[in-house]
Amino acid sequence: MLKDHAYIAFSSLRKRFLRTSLTMLGIFIGIASVVALISLGQGMQDAINAQFASVGTDKIIVQGATGGFSPPGQNTAGIVDKHDLKLVSQVSGVKRAAGRLFRSAKVDYADGSEILFTASIPEENEGRELVIEANNIKTAEGRLLKPGDRKKLMVGNNLWTKDKFPKKVVIGSKLMVNGAQFEVVGLLHKIGAGRDDAIMMNEDDARDVLGEPEQYSAVIAQIDAGEIPSNVADRILRALRRDRHQKEGFEDATISTSEELINSVNTILGVVRAVFIGIAAISLFVGGIGIMNTMYASVLERTRDIGIMKAIGARNSDVLLIFLLESGLLGAIGGAIGVLIGIGLSKIVETISREALGSALQPAFPPYLIVGALLFSFTIGVISGVLPARQASKLPPVEALRSD
Amino acid sequence: MGGNNVHALQGIDLDVHEGEFMAIQGPSGSGKSTAMNLVGCLDVPSRGEIYLAGQNISTLHESDLAQIRGRKIGFIFQKFNLIETLTALENVTLPMTFQGIPEDKRTRRAEMLLRQFGLGDRMDHKPNQLSGGQQQRVAIARALAVNPPVILADEPTGNLDSKTGKEVMKFLRELNEKEGKTIVLVTHDDLLAREADRIEFLKDGVIVQSMHVHRRK
Repeated sequence: MLKDHAYIAFSSLRKRFLRTSLTMLGIFIGIASVVALISLGQGMQDAINAQFASVGTDKIIVQGATGGFSPPGQNTAGIVDKHDLKLVSQVSGVKRAAGRLFRSAKVDYADGSEILFTASIPEENEGRELVIEANNIKTAEGRLLKPGDRKKLMVGNNLWTKDKFPKKVVIGSKLMVNGAQFEVVGLLHKIGAGRDDAIMMNEDDARDVLGEPEQYSAVIAQIDAGEIPSNVADRILRALRRDRHQKEGFEDATISTSEELINSVNTILGVVRAVFIGIAAISLFVGGIGIMNTMYASVLERTRDIGIMKAIGARNSDVLLIFLLESGLLGAIGGAIGVLIGIGLSKIVETISREALGSALQPAFPPYLIVGALLFSFTIGVISGVLPARQASKLPPVEALRSD
Repeated sequence: MGGNNVHALQGIDLDVHEGEFMAIQGPSGSGKSTAMNLVGCLDVPSRGEIYLAGQNISTLHESDLAQIRGRKIGFIFQKFNLIETLTALENVTLPMTFQGIPEDKRTRRAEMLLRQFGLGDRMDHKPNQLSGGQQQRVAIARALAVNPPVILADEPTGNLDSKTGKEVMKFLRELNEKEGKTIVLVTHDDLLAREADRIEFLKDGVIVQSMHVHRRK
C-alpha cells in the first residue's frame, strides 16, 4: 500500500524534474557539507587519537615556552637543555626521560637538494628505547641506529617511498647533511605526520651537524605505572621553577601531557565541527523551506489530480500520505545525492592532504553518518510537507475537480 | 468560499433505479453538474437527504464518502481526468489501489479491461501519448476497475469527435444491457440524452419534465 502511494508521489516528482532538482539543491548542499565535515572531523580525530595511542598516555613532554608578546627579533623563548633532562629524570614518578633535538637541515643527494626535518636519537639506551617506543619507530629495511653509530642515519617513509630525490634512497645511500656525509642504514615504516619526512641520527652527530651543543627541542618523560600524569607534570614544573628561580605563573617551560593534548585538540575539533554543522543546519533549514514552497506549488498544480483521486476513492489520508511521501522523497533523494557529494568532497580533501602534507587525512564514514543523513533529510522533507499535504488532503473533491 | 450561498438545486426529488440507464439533461447553469455531484457522493446537500442503496449518505464524513465512491461508483468525465504522470495501466489500477486490492490482482484486471477496450498495445503510454478517444476509453476502463454497480458519465463525449463519441455511447449502452450497470448520463445534448431509457430535464435547479424513451430493440 505504502509502496503504491510512494510510486504515485515519485511519478509526480519525475514529471517535474527541473523543479525537483532545484528544490533538492538546498538539501543536498546541507547534507553534503554535514557528511563531508563530520567524516573529515572524525578522520582527523581518529588520526590524532591514533597518534596519541602510539605515544601512550603515560608520556609527558617538556618544552621551552615560546615568548608570547615579545617584540620581533627579541627571542625570549625559554629553552630546555641537558641540565633540564637530568632534572626531569630525577623527579619522583618519572620512570625514564629522553631529550630530543629537532632542526631543519639541508640534505643533498644525487644532484637533489631538500630542506628536511632532522631529529636526534638519544645516545644512551634508556632514552633511545623510550623514543623508539613512543614514536613507534620500526624499520622496513636495514636496521635501527645503534649506540655509537657515527655518520649513519635512518630515513622516514616518504623519503624512500616517494621520489623526493632524483635517485631512489636505498640502504647504503650517501646523503650530505649540512655538508657532512651520512650513510643510510635504516628505511623506516610509516609513522605518521611530519616524521615520515624526517631523517634521524644519533644525538652526537645531530649536535655536530646542527651546531647545537646543549639545547633540546623537547624532553619526553615516561611516568611510573600508577602515577597520574598531571600530578607528575606538576612536580616537574615545580622542579624546573625551583631550579630556574622562577615564580609560579612565570615559567619559561611548558609541560604537556598526552591527555591534555588530546583534550585540547578534541575541544578545538568540537568547536570547529559545531560551527560547520551550524552552517549546514542553516542550509538544511533553507532547504526545508524550499521543499515547503515546492510542495505548495505542487498542491496548487495538482488540485485537479487530487480531485480525480478523491473521485475514484482516495480518502483524505491517502492524499495526505501521497503528498507527505512526495516531500519526504524530495528530502531523501536530495539527501542521497548530498551524501554522495559529501563523500566525494571528503575524498578530494583526502587526496589534497596526501599531496600537500604527505600524509593522508583519512575521512571516516561510519554507518550512522550515512543512515543518519538519509533519515534526517527524509524527515526534513516530511516535516516541510506537512502543511501543504494537509491542505491537499482537505480539498473538497468537487472544488478540486472544477479547477483547471 | 463565504458570501451568498447559491442554491443550484431546489426541491429536487429524483430516484435512480438499479440497472436503469437514465439521463439528466439541461442547459448549462441548470444544476445538472450539482445533481451529478450529489448522486456521485462527491458532495453532500446543504439540506435534504440522499439515499444510496438504502443508506443515508447526506451526513457522512468525506472519508466515508470516498469509500462509497471508490466501491460503488465509476466516474467518466468530459475532460477524461486521467492522471498525467501515470501510464494508462497505472491509471486503471489506481481505484483498486485505494481499495487495497493486491497488486497482481489489480494489474491483471486492469490489463483485461484495457484489452477489452482495444488498448492492449497502449498500456504503458501516458495520457498525453494517447488520442482523445483512447484517453476516454482508458477513463471508462478506470471507471469499471472496481466493478461498481453505478457509472456516472458527465458529458462523456463532449471532447470527442462524433464518431468516437458514438463509440463511447455504445460502450455505455453495452455496460447497461450486458452487465446490468446503472448508468447516469449528464448532458446538455438532446441526441445523447435519447440514448438513455429515461430523461430528467433540469432547468434552474428544478426538474421540469421526465420522459421515458421508447426504443426499438
